[in-house]
Amino acid sequence: MDETSKIIKTVSSVMFPFVTIYGLYVILHGHLTPGGGFQGGAIVASGCALLVVAFGSDAIAKRVKESQLSLLESIGALGFISLAFVGIATTFFYNSLAGTKFLFGRIPPYGSNPGYLSSGGLLPLMNLAVGTKVIAGLFAIVLILAIATRKKGGRSK
Amino acid sequence: MMFEVLQIVVPILTVAAAIVAVYFRDLLSATIALAAMSLLLSMEFYILQAPDVAIAEAGVGACLTTAILIFSIKATKRMEDEK
Repeated sequence: MDETSKIIKTVSSVMFPFVTIYGLYVILHGHLTPGGGFQGGAIVASGCALLVVAFGSDAIAKRVKESQLSLLESIGALGFISLAFVGIATTFFYNSLAGTKFLFGRIPPYGSNPGYLSSGGLLPLMNLAVGTKVIAGLFAIVLILAIATRKKGGRSK
Repeated sequence: MMFEVLQIVVPILTVAAAIVAVYFRDLLSATIALAAMSLLLSMEFYILQAPDVAIAEAGVGACLTTAILIFSIKATKRMEDEK
């Protein structure tokens, strides 16, 4: 497998923290600004795919195992479902924004985008769960594809 | 005025990038043209007041699809055979 050049490795190393921070920002502000769990997770997984393309699948597969990603994906799905059961006393997927002061239950003031971070009920936690699941799922797809195509690439050339 | 110009220019560039992606013989160049088409498409979504779809399109279409296609090209051949 041919190595990528030093320019690609350096630029990927510099870009990866910024891409990750931006993706986490999109996940955490999913209830205020455009975006949400899926969009931010896709951005973070794009940064991880950048690393896989730049450094090759061998270097990444030493650090991250597929079983860990599968575990993280299951944690995201279970977190989403168990957060949906929080409001089981009234309804499924109960929004604690309306009245009760349970977790982030503060009614936002009226106006165009008041911008309070802790004003979304359970939705930030649900966005975090969906983001975890999307990051793990998309990164596992890219990583498994890179590992699976590694052996045939050397043979056909 | 700015948005009217963009609403004319961006779809034309999108279609041009798609046509270029079809006519390339080098599949790596076609992949990059497809990523450019996806990025222009996300800009078009943003112009049409759908920033949510624009973020999803830019993340999935321009980044992850390109990575997957690059891995596929690495496993097979780079140049398209002419018959």
